[in-house]
Amino acid sequence: MTDHENIEPKATIGDLSHETVDEPIAETTRRERSVRKHELNFGDAWDYAPAPESVKVNIDASYGHFINGEFTKVGGGGGGKSFATINPANEQKLAEVALGTAKDVDRAVAAASAALPKWRKLPAKERGKFLFRLARRIQERARELAVLETLDGGKPIKESRDVDIPLVAQHFFYNAGWADKLQYAFPGLGAGGAEPVGVCAQIIPWNFPLLMAAWKIAPALACGNTVVLKPAETTPLTALRLAEICAEIDLPPGVVNIVTGDGSTGAALAAHSGIHKLAFTGSTEVGKKLAKLAAERGDGLRLTLELGGKSPNIIFEDASIDQAIEGIIQGIYFNQGHVCCAGSRLFVQEGIASDVVERLRIRMQSLRVGDPMDKNTDVGAINSKGQLQKIEDYLRIGEEEGAELFRANGRALPDKGYFCAPSFFTGVQQSHRIAQEEIFGPVLAVQTFRTPEEALSRANNTPYGLAAGVWTDKGSKVFEIATKLKAGVIWCNTYNQFDAASPFGGFKESGFGREGGMQGLRAYVRL
Amino acid sequence: MKTITVDRVMADQRAASFTKRSIKTSAKDAGLRLAVAMTDLTTLEGKDSAEKVRSLCAKAIHPEPKDPTIPAVAAICVYPQLVQTAKRALAGSKVHVASVATGFPSGQYPLKVRLDDTKRAVEAGADEIDMVISRGLFLSGQRGKVFDEIAATKEACGSAHLKVILETGELETYDLVRAASDLAIAAGLTEYDFIKTSTGKVQPAATMGVTLVMLEAVRDHYLRTGVKIGVKPAGGIRTAKQALHYLVMVKETLGDDWLTPELFRFGASSLLNDVLMQLGKLRAGGKQYLASYDVTEA
Repeated sequence: MTDHENIEPKATIGDLSHETVDEPIAETTRRERSVRKHELNFGDAWDYAPAPESVKVNIDASYGHFINGEFTKVGGGGGGKSFATINPANEQKLAEVALGTAKDVDRAVAAASAALPKWRKLPAKERGKFLFRLARRIQERARELAVLETLDGGKPIKESRDVDIPLVAQHFFYNAGWADKLQYAFPGLGAGGAEPVGVCAQIIPWNFPLLMAAWKIAPALACGNTVVLKPAETTPLTALRLAEICAEIDLPPGVVNIVTGDGSTGAALAAHSGIHKLAFTGSTEVGKKLAKLAAERGDGLRLTLELGGKSPNIIFEDASIDQAIEGIIQGIYFNQGHVCCAGSRLFVQEGIASDVVERLRIRMQSLRVGDPMDKNTDVGAINSKGQLQKIEDYLRIGEEEGAELFRANGRALPDKGYFCAPSFFTGVQQSHRIAQEEIFGPVLAVQTFRTPEEALSRANNTPYGLAAGVWTDKGSKVFEIATKLKAGVIWCNTYNQFDAASPFGGFKESGFGREGGMQGLRAYVRL
Repeated sequence: MKTITVDRVMADQRAASFTKRSIKTSAKDAGLRLAVAMTDLTTLEGKDSAEKVRSLCAKAIHPEPKDPTIPAVAAICVYPQLVQTAKRALAGSKVHVASVATGFPSGQYPLKVRLDDTKRAVEAGADEIDMVISRGLFLSGQRGKVFDEIAATKEACGSAHLKVILETGELETYDLVRAASDLAIAAGLTEYDFIKTSTGKVQPAATMGVTLVMLEAVRDHYLRTGVKIGVKPAGGIRTAKQALHYLVMVKETLGDDWLTPELFRFGASSLLNDVLMQLGKLRAGGKQYLASYDVTEA
């Protein structure tokens, strides 16, 4: 930059110039980058030594389904197909996992049905005790579960250790407490109280494998239901470990059944006539198919869907900017952006847009991308080859549409495994696909607005409605904007905060039904 | 100057995130050595004696006689009365003498007295002056006066570097910490002058959150002007682990250029002891039991 030393920067941090407002943000940032004199230097003057997680976990060569309290045999005399689950950080096979067939699903549903009468009649406080036991055992085996989650899914050990697994335990603890207090969750009930729905089929995604299992299983069991859960194809291992824990604490056989497999297994489960309730978390595309299927069944199958999102994160010019930057990072790069409520559309008020983009660029230089098992990794591996391909497609599409791409390039990405440098686009138009479609990766679309009304109308202009973020130092603005946003979860001056006591769910094509909190019990009871 | 607001919840969350970094083996060794070199070895007690200061100075030059590769500390920090003693004891070394001044720790004296205090300390040989701002004026909204006082003190320092103590424990909010940081920097601090959290006489003293807010003020000033101001958290940093957390925060907020005693210091009395203990453990391969003793007193 020495050849530009005599040129004064036009707009700089903390000194916000308004002369740039007529230019698209991409133009502004490009120009500023060329005239900036003073760069922070995020090099390796004091590099952190590798800090690999030292806990080793045993992984069997193969896993069967967990049906009626026992693991089925894989391959063997009984035949049956299986598939490999791999570590996305090094592309190595971790284990062979049974591919569930309609027959397997049938056996699992039969086991759940058989277990139902006794389980639902169990005194509520006894059901609660089982859930407390599960929660405690999860805490005791937390490190092992965290390591397994990271190996199978690619998320940084820091996140599985500090976010996923503690929340898993919390969901079991929280719902354990509800088990004998359902009359207070649903006041005004007659003598019958809250009745369980029955056999619950639950199909979960790969972004928070064990946490999604906890979201589904804990309230179902607390309300007296039995469960058949199908974990995602790429991340079955922690659910299978949870099955082990169920057996370990002597949960009655058949109360929790786990059938591994791919989409065909999920389809067989959703179509099974023995289920009374279907809960699905995953893509909007599959969610729509399931809604159609539920309607066609005509048997009153209860359905909750937690689907995709393209959540807006709105930064007003009176926000605390450095903290908003943290919120942006947390919103889109947490868990490699594999978050249904990721803040993937950033709306910045025009007067601070170049400042925010500049600070974001600086902040991203200290994001550490790489080996998920290193305790200092901030952004781990993309969950699968297919997902990496999809993200890369969107990066190409964004550039073809005319948006300007910035990619964090602090350190070289590992040679093996599926990795994607955290990225954002400026100069994004509402019509661009990267502004409309869920990418489910570490890719942010930055747009600007001038007035609160404009921010609202553009933020709501999406088929989705899962989450939103509002950043302002002004309390009245928080409440005004939050009440007008069409989203199930709205975070103010923070993002991606989760708690078992807080309900979660969406509007529009992001699905319906709530999970977590007292509201999350509703889908699992007949009143 | 634009007033910058700081949201406490997210700032604290960010500050806490630095404590999650795992600093092991070679990184730990290098970090701890850096922490030694960044220490302002401090004694600020009414009962301070020339003898204690001389003993501290010997420790400052050779923190660990058993391991000559461990660097000297950055400075000895004393009251003005003991500057000459420290200066003599440190003669021939690169360790600076820092003196608190301006009616430390309260600053509740007429400006003339505070400036005289400063000049005497500089004349006695202080290389660095740690001043306190008038919190009364600042909190009552008379920020222009605070600005003028800092500028006058800067002038009184001559060629000595100035560290401006904000006494963040009395400012309470991050908004005010940020405002005081911006004000001090704008009042004429030049390259390698510092802003400093605390006197150590008020609780809470330095915290990760407060220091982060100050680092961000320094960062923004640098990006705007290219001038590098230093930051010195003081008080409450007692363990090697804490020191490493702060270094992580410096590295990830301001980058490599600030990983030098010229731009980051720890104001501490007992920290050095723990850092040397931990370095001793690393040297022994973590296998040897080391009895705990106060090397700064030894």
